[in-house]
Amino acid sequence: MQTNLRSQAGPYFGEFGGRFVAEPLIAALDELEATYLAAKADPSFVTELAELHKTYTGRPSIITEAQRFASQFGDLRIFLKREDLNHTGSHKINNVMGQALLAKRMGKKRIIAETGAGQHGVASATAAAYFGLDCVVYMGEVDTERQALNVARMKLLGAQVIPVTTGSRTLKDAINEALRDWVANVDNTHYLLGTVAGPHPFPTMVRDFHSIIGIEARAQMLELTGRLPDAVAACIGGGSNAIGIFHPFLDDQDVALWGFEAAGDGIDTPKHAATLSKGRPGVLHGARSYMLQDEDGQTMESHSISAGLDYPGVGPEHSWLKDLGRANYFGISDAEAMDAMRLLSRTEGIIPAIETAHALAGIKHLSTVLPAGAHILVNLSGRGDKDMETAGKYFGLLEDK
Amino acid sequence: MSITNEVLERNKESGRGTLIGYYPAGYPSKQDSIDSLVAMAQNGCDILEIGVPYSDPVMDGLVIQHATEEAIANGFKLKDLFDIIKGVRAKVDTPLLVMSYWNPVLSYGVERFSEDLLSSGAQGMITPDLIPDEAAKWVELSDEHGLDRVFLVAPSSSDKRVENNSKSSKGFVYSVSTMGITGERAELDRLARSVVSRVKSLGETPTCVGVGISTADQVREVNTYADGAIVGTAFVKAYQQGGLAGLVSKTKELAGGLG
Repeated sequence: MQTNLRSQAGPYFGEFGGRFVAEPLIAALDELEATYLAAKADPSFVTELAELHKTYTGRPSIITEAQRFASQFGDLRIFLKREDLNHTGSHKINNVMGQALLAKRMGKKRIIAETGAGQHGVASATAAAYFGLDCVVYMGEVDTERQALNVARMKLLGAQVIPVTTGSRTLKDAINEALRDWVANVDNTHYLLGTVAGPHPFPTMVRDFHSIIGIEARAQMLELTGRLPDAVAACIGGGSNAIGIFHPFLDDQDVALWGFEAAGDGIDTPKHAATLSKGRPGVLHGARSYMLQDEDGQTMESHSISAGLDYPGVGPEHSWLKDLGRANYFGISDAEAMDAMRLLSRTEGIIPAIETAHALAGIKHLSTVLPAGAHILVNLSGRGDKDMETAGKYFGLLEDK
Repeated sequence: MSITNEVLERNKESGRGTLIGYYPAGYPSKQDSIDSLVAMAQNGCDILEIGVPYSDPVMDGLVIQHATEEAIANGFKLKDLFDIIKGVRAKVDTPLLVMSYWNPVLSYGVERFSEDLLSSGAQGMITPDLIPDEAAKWVELSDEHGLDRVFLVAPSSSDKRVENNSKSSKGFVYSVSTMGITGERAELDRLARSVVSRVKSLGETPTCVGVGISTADQVREVNTYADGAIVGTAFVKAYQQGGLAGLVSKTKELAGGLG
C-alpha cells in the first residue's frame, strides 16, 4: 500500500475526481484554486482562520469517552469527537469559515450554498451574517419540510432559502440549482460547496478545512490513551466529516477507517443512499466518483431518513480510498440509525444528528470485527436538535396537533 | 472537412448564415422527436442538435429541464437515441450532432457510443460538461471515427482556453453567449460578440453562438459576426405551445431571419 496517502492534493485521486463541469465555470474554479493555494501559504490567512476557530467556532472540540454507550457492545472503548459542540451544531462550520474568508479574498459579496439537512445551510448563513455577505441557500423542497427548524434558523440569520422543486427535490437537486445560479452569477458569487464532492478544488479544499477534526482528535487520543485508536468511524453522505477525521490517519496503517453510509430501508432494498457499497463509478456534479445510477447513467434517487446523507454521490477521495482498500464502507439502515440515536441519547445524554447516528450504529458491526479492548474514535459530527420533528414522529413522542 | 463544416462554410459564402436547432430526444415520445427534428430540418434548420435527456442537466433552464424530465418519464432510454438518429437520417441529410452530458456517454461506454453515433448517421457530439482537459478518450475516438467534437468557450474563458478549446474542437466551437444557463434572454449579450471575436482572432475554427437566442432578429444578428446561431429553448417552447405546427412555424420564423 502507498504510504503517502495524505499528500494527495487533487485534481485526481487515482482515477477519481477531476473537473467535469461546463466551460463557463472553469475560470471560477481556477480563481478559487489559485486563491486557496495562495491563502494556504499565507501565514496571515492561517492565523486568521485559527483565531476564528478559537473565538467563534469554539475549537478545539473536546473528546468525550462514551462508557455507558460502549458497554452495550462488549469490551470496547468509544471516544466521541464532539463536533456537535461547534457553533451552529455540526462540523460544517469548519469549512464554511475557511471558504467565507476565501470569498472575501476574491472580493465576492454573495455566497450561495446547497444544503440537505440544513446544517451546511445554517453554517453558511451564519458565516454570511458574520462577514456581512449576501447568502442564498438552495434546499430540496422535501428537505425544507423535514428540516423546517433549520429553514427557520437560516431565515433568522438573514439568508434567503430557495426550495428546489426539480428532480427528486433533495440534496442532489439543490446542488444542480446552486450550480445553475453560479454559472449565471459567477462574477460576484462564490459557491460555498458544503461537501468533499464537486469539481476540483472543492474535494481537496473542503477536506483540508475539515482535517482539523482529525488533527485535533489524533493528538487528543494520543494524550488521553497514549496510543492511536484501532478504528475511526464516521457517517458518510458526500463525505466531508468522514474525510475530515480520516485524513490525518490515512498513513497510520494500523488505524482502520470506517465510513457508514445510509442504507435507508436496507442495503438490499432499492431504497438506500449507499453510494460506495452499491454504486459504480460515473460523473456527477463535476467529479468522477462512485454514484448511484441506472444502466443508462441516469442518476438514481437516493433514500434515507437522514436528509444529510440522502445523496446519490460521494466525494472522489472516498472512492479512491475504497478502491485502495484503505477505508471500509458499510451500510446502516434507517431503523439501525434511529435505534443508535436513541441509545446514545439515553446512555450518554447526547442527542446526535440522525446523520451521525449512522456512525454510532456502525459500532455494532465494528464490535464483531475489532479485537477485544479496541479503541474506536467516532466523529460525532452534529447534534440532533434539528431532527426532533423526525425523531418525534418516528418514536411517537409528539402529541397530535 | 466534415459535412457540418461544409454547411457552415457554404452558408457563410452565400451570405445566408446558419440556424442550428436543438430538440430533445424522446420528447414527448421517440416518434414525436423524430418528426420534430425532421420538420425542423425541412423548414429551415441547417444543422440539428439532438439533446440526450439526463437526470441532472445543470446547464439547462426550466423549459428544457421539464421537457427532458418528461422524455425520461415517458421511458426514453439511451439506445433509443440511435433509433431516433436513424429515423431522422432516413428522411433528411441535415448534419446532426448529439448534445449530451458526459455521464450517459461514460455509462454507455465512450467507444460504443462513438461507434453508434457513426453507424446511426450522426456527425458528432457537443459535450456541455466535458472540457478538453478531461476528454482524452473522446478526442482519440472522435478522431478515429471522423466525428465532430464540439467543446464550449465562454465569456469567462481565458485566451489560452479559448485557443485550446477551439483547436480541440472539430466541426465548430460552441460560443456561450452569456454567463448563464439555456433559456431565452430579451437582449442577446454583448459578451457573445466578444467571445466570438476572441475565437476568430486566436484560430481558424468556425464558431456558433448558443444560449439565449429566441428571435429572428437575434438569429440574423448573430450570423453577422459568427458562423451560426443555436436555438433550443424557443423551439421546445414552440412545440409545447403549438405542437408540430407550432414548431414548424417557429422554425420558419427564425430561419426567416437569415439572409
